[in-house]
Amino acid sequence: MTLFPAARAVAIKDLTVEIRARRAVGAAAPFVGTVLVSFGLALGPGRTLLHQVAPGVLWLSVLFASVLTVRHGWAAEMEDDAVEAFVLAGMDDASVFLGKAAALTIELLALEIFTVLLTSLLFDRSFLGQPLLLLAALILGTIGLSVVGSLFGLVASSPRAGDGSLPLLLLPLASPVLLAGVQATGYAIAGQPGRAGPWLGLLSAFDLTFLAVGIVVFEHLLEER
Amino acid sequence: MGRRGLRALGILTLAVSAASALASLIVSPPDAQQGDLVRLMYVHVPSAWVAYLAFTVVFVCSVAYLRSGRTRWDRLAAASAEVGVLFTALTIVVGSIWAKPVWGTWWSWDPRLTTTAILFLIYVGYLTVRRLAETPGRRARWSAVIGIVGFVDVPIVHLSVRWWRSLHQPPARLIGVPDLAPSMGLALVLGLVAFTLIFVYLVALRLRVARMEERAFHEALATAMYPDRGEVVRHG
Repeated sequence: MTLFPAARAVAIKDLTVEIRARRAVGAAAPFVGTVLVSFGLALGPGRTLLHQVAPGVLWLSVLFASVLTVRHGWAAEMEDDAVEAFVLAGMDDASVFLGKAAALTIELLALEIFTVLLTSLLFDRSFLGQPLLLLAALILGTIGLSVVGSLFGLVASSPRAGDGSLPLLLLPLASPVLLAGVQATGYAIAGQPGRAGPWLGLLSAFDLTFLAVGIVVFEHLLEER
Repeated sequence: MGRRGLRALGILTLAVSAASALASLIVSPPDAQQGDLVRLMYVHVPSAWVAYLAFTVVFVCSVAYLRSGRTRWDRLAAASAEVGVLFTALTIVVGSIWAKPVWGTWWSWDPRLTTTAILFLIYVGYLTVRRLAETPGRRARWSAVIGIVGFVDVPIVHLSVRWWRSLHQPPARLIGVPDLAPSMGLALVLGLVAFTLIFVYLVALRLRVARMEERAFHEALATAMYPDRGEVVRHG
């Protein structure tokens, strides 16, 4: 199979598993709820402060939830050494990476719709200033998280890795996504598309860079020797 | 590098470090505005330089390892990363000590400070992953990927942090690189040379330890697998 059809097959397989078992998003959604309520308890109930921090809290919840989602996505591959099947299937390793990242992007976006609604509700803040801009920020930021997450989910799901290793890798590497996502979301809510533009550009640059790096290096993560 | 070469390098490093200490503590004058605090520059700037040098070496070795699969590149990357993390920590600590009297705070979210902190976290992650992999081959491949991805991330991190800061307040004042008197320039250059030598020496030392560890491991393995041969070797 060539690159993209194989990637699509991997993505569809992951999404089918998720729709049937609801392990990744199913576990992350209640987690997001807990995180948002905890932030509210820690920072609230003053409305001004909650208004100010809402974009930051939104992205932090997404970032934390992405750690869970990535782990579940790869844990399924590690069970019964299903990951060996990828190696034996004879398809381009890059298509495994692209398929995993695509499925993860869709799963996280579904989770983000829920997160935006809940943040809006709990923090009493409308996110509808510039809906298209908000959507762009969410999609571009999520692609970045998924790409980095798909790379290192495999490493972190190794039997010796504890729960701490994935956030340790993912959070510092994805810090530009956090910064740019929060800023772009803030400006989208405030209805200032001009100022959100550069941040969306930065997110796109992050996505493209790590897509390219990932396609090149992923085979080295997957191969068994 | 043999044992003798390592010793010679050590002596040279010690001599240049002593000269650097002399130049930065005694020969160079105090700064007109910062007084003796400026002497921190002779440690801070060289250690930051070594940190970035070390992570560049990690990147180059990681690429070389993935292309060639030769273990020596992996060993060099690992040694360089360890020393790099050490000097990143030193940069942050000395920067903090400098910032307290000059800026009035131990920590400011200055772009360079923040980037350095994130850099530190990325390579702590690198060292952690080195301990997680089950086999040496897997460890080498995984950490090489992180060595590449982490390095590529640094400019993006720096850019994003710089934009982030410039939004809320003008970029933090440069801790003055003051008008350097010739003796101050000399102290800085000596510091850079001394720290680079320290870096090379520590990496060489670490490589030697890694090779010894590997040899001990293989000898223990051989003894366990072929106990008879082990006896012969021991008695012979």
